[in-house]
Amino acid sequence: MSDDASRDWPADIHRALACADVGMIGVVPDAGHKRLIDLCEADNDMRVVALTTEEEGIGLVSGAWLGGVRGALLMQSSGVGNCINAIASLSRACQLPLLLIATMRGEWGEGNPWQIPMGRATPKVLDTMGVQVARADRPSEVGETVTAMADLAFKSQTTTAVLLSQRLIGAKSFQD
Amino acid sequence: MNDIDDGRLDRRETVAEMLRDRGPLLLVCGLGGTTWDAAAVSQSPLDFHLWGAMGNAAMIGLGLALAQPERPVLVVTGDGEMLMGMGALATIAVQAPGNLSILLLDNELYGETGRQPTHTALGVDLPAVARATGIADAETITDMAGITAFRARMHGSIGPRFASAKVSRKEQDMVLPERDGTVIKNRFRSALLGE
Repeated sequence: MSDDASRDWPADIHRALACADVGMIGVVPDAGHKRLIDLCEADNDMRVVALTTEEEGIGLVSGAWLGGVRGALLMQSSGVGNCINAIASLSRACQLPLLLIATMRGEWGEGNPWQIPMGRATPKVLDTMGVQVARADRPSEVGETVTAMADLAFKSQTTTAVLLSQRLIGAKSFQD
Repeated sequence: MNDIDDGRLDRRETVAEMLRDRGPLLLVCGLGGTTWDAAAVSQSPLDFHLWGAMGNAAMIGLGLALAQPERPVLVVTGDGEMLMGMGALATIAVQAPGNLSILLLDNELYGETGRQPTHTALGVDLPAVARATGIADAETITDMAGITAFRARMHGSIGPRFASAKVSRKEQDMVLPERDGTVIKNRFRSALLGE
């Protein structure tokens, strides 16, 4: 596996989700997820559900699991903060599977200081909630990380999060 | 307080009517009073009782309805619970699952926390909100004939649909179902999916 910047890691995530039989994708858009969202929307075996807030996604994928469909959530790190009670009171309380894929802000070359507090808190908050966290920094490790966390989520019925680092996705450009 | 006869719908008679001859219906009920009501009138493993996750009952119903499109899915929840996750109405309207019905037991107060008024006591019209999001079948129900008609539409026509049943503020006995979420989840999936 090459580690060059041209590697199509969003396609690796899509392939990992498809192989894990994920049929529902809850989304609050983030620029870092744009290509993955496009790939999921083009996949007839995936239902993409746009959410008004990330918290809705916890209910969505929990209900889908009760009905026999595996779900995943795509969001930005700031959205993790919107999910906390739902993760605790639903996913954790019922040991419902959770596969959350968050693009990180507030770390590598961030130009918006308002993103930094939640970005820094994201891995710690998830860990405190009992969510198993894996981080992907290099293009070549993204796909295998999503595959491993999907297995953890759906086979062991546990709560997982993949953090896609800002170094991986590239810092947003703010031009004065 | 317990002697209130306000002429409004009895919440347990309302839930019992919605669950009459339920067939393949799947039920999600919001935390607090609606879970006690469901437990009082039904013992089906296909009832998913919430004891937490306030604000998410309708979204659990959406996920379930999309996963099980051949079965009617009913969410019964309270006005306070729905107000906490009002954005879900917009998400549901956009997805437009034909098999999803949401019924509020709207007593216009937070029954578990000291009976403080909710916004629906103060002018907020949730069926109008639902209509504004695009859920065309959305109404306020004040009598049992309206509940019976809503139940018939739940089984016989394409939704999604939303109703606010104006129910009595009379306090009911707590009827507590199983409280272990893993048991509730496994029981539900076993009955539905044979796992």
